[in-house]
Amino acid sequence: MTRNSLMVSGCVLLLLVAAVFSLQNGRYPVSGTQLLALLMDGRSEDPHLHTVIYNIRLPRIIAAIAVGGALSLAGAAYQGMFRNPMVSPDILGVSSGAGFGAALAILLSLPVAGVQASAFAGGILAVVLAISISRSIGRHHNAILVLVLSGIIISALFSALISLAKFSADPENRLPAITFWLMGSLADIRLQELPAVIALVAAGSLPILLSGWRLNVLSFGEDEAQALGIHTSRVRMIVIGSATLVTASVIALSGLIGWIGLVIPHAARMISGPDHRVQLPVSFLLGGIALLVFDNIARSVSASEIPIGIITALAGAPFFIVLLKLTSRKTW
Amino acid sequence: MVMPPQLKIELRNADLGYRKESPLLQGIDLTLTSDDTVCVLGQNGTGKTTLFKTLLGFLPPLSGSLTLNGKPLEEYRPRERARHIAYVPQAHHTPFPYTVSQVVLFGRTAHMGFFGTPQKKDRAAVERILDMLDIRHLARRSYTELSGGERQMVIIARALAQEARLLILDEPASSLDYGNQVRLLDKIRLLEEQHTGILMATHQPDQAFLLDAQVLMLTQRHLLRYEDPSHALQPRILKKIYGVDIQVVDTGLAGNGASKVCRPVITSSKQTSNDQTP
Repeated sequence: MTRNSLMVSGCVLLLLVAAVFSLQNGRYPVSGTQLLALLMDGRSEDPHLHTVIYNIRLPRIIAAIAVGGALSLAGAAYQGMFRNPMVSPDILGVSSGAGFGAALAILLSLPVAGVQASAFAGGILAVVLAISISRSIGRHHNAILVLVLSGIIISALFSALISLAKFSADPENRLPAITFWLMGSLADIRLQELPAVIALVAAGSLPILLSGWRLNVLSFGEDEAQALGIHTSRVRMIVIGSATLVTASVIALSGLIGWIGLVIPHAARMISGPDHRVQLPVSFLLGGIALLVFDNIARSVSASEIPIGIITALAGAPFFIVLLKLTSRKTW
Repeated sequence: MVMPPQLKIELRNADLGYRKESPLLQGIDLTLTSDDTVCVLGQNGTGKTTLFKTLLGFLPPLSGSLTLNGKPLEEYRPRERARHIAYVPQAHHTPFPYTVSQVVLFGRTAHMGFFGTPQKKDRAAVERILDMLDIRHLARRSYTELSGGERQMVIIARALAQEARLLILDEPASSLDYGNQVRLLDKIRLLEEQHTGILMATHQPDQAFLLDAQVLMLTQRHLLRYEDPSHALQPRILKKIYGVDIQVVDTGLAGNGASKVCRPVITSSKQTSNDQTP
């Protein structure tokens, strides 16, 4: 167990280093001593420094950690529950549901908070619909398979609705707004938006982090896990409910950011092994680190900022190939 | 070791299956205790899996009653049930490379707290079982890298870690080579001596002789139970189940394991050189 806690502490340390680096990095460079002075006694000679750190970079860093961590944790939990390393957090339709919610709110010219609330509600609604469909199909079939197929149906449906929303949006303002939202960005996040998201992410992450052992046992399949004493349908509902909560709340904040939830759990599994009690927290921490790094790239690689969803997809593909090569000798 | 109280699972006038209109097994009466060793024989598709799923609580009976120690099985929580009944499926792949120790430790789930933190006693139980099955050398290996036979032994170890009084095994020997089959039967006899009930599906009637087991036959939606394997395993009955001629030969050999064996009759005769030259 000491080896595991060492691994988790190492990831926490790495996350802190990445966060401090992100505070300093940017168009407005901040030296270590300046940063230390500001953080220690809250004062500085430079009048802009306070704004840059507290109003721009800090909210963004916290958001990157929350978004990256939540997506990776949800992905890791789903991969364990569906017993399939190809699964990502949007398997049950949460992303397209949230995308449609946001697109609809933008069409209706709702303010930022309204777009976020609508995206969150859309994400939850999509998953609820997917579960209802799988329930209505019945319990005699392979429950997991029916659930995944229901998720595919719902994803397709909401993707079509997103296209419909784009089609009916005016091409001057609303269409670009929808398109940019769907690309995902951490650029416009403000400090006051964070407490609610952090509370939701915490509320959803805790039950997942505590389900590690049960996810381990579930990896042998529904029947065997039941015979070993696991209340499988309850675990499934806890995991789906919690993963949906965290995913919908971070997507509402950042827009769609792909790949993280699929790739990071693999990286985590590679360093922590398959025991979900370690892999889940490591996934969260690595996800936070990865998105911080990607966000630094997004805001410093060119004069105008690149949406982070594009960066994660661009970086995710080669990263995943390398991971697969590294793990190809072992089975997952 | 202190023996937990006896276990008794009872099906009364139960229809089993998925649809009320067409049950796979009808009017089933069956009592199993932790003193029974029972081999289940029958062609594929005769409802063996349905029977097992029912007894494991995965599939409620369509009618009639199913009780464990007098209480309806469905009223048990999965944890409680797992402390009474353990399941040995045919070993298969898992997507994640757990070590053998970890897999066997999963068997302790029903004895652990809610968050599943293994205690010293759980690890001790795993060690004991690995020793008992002679697979300690596999402990640190990855389950996904094992051979089919090794995997099956690990799944059996996992079930033993549950310390349940009834073990339900689904063709546990089918993926084993001959040596491991014999070793498996040996371990099952060991469990019998420790008063663990055994319900085992098999395609090899000989195993019923070797275990001196009762025989449960599944035919045409019904169960036939024989207390003595030599009553069940007669050429007439074997022909009915398997559709081929099987002789039963008494080897007259004393010792552990019954003296009778089944010998299938191969009808097409091989043309050998001896036949042609008188």
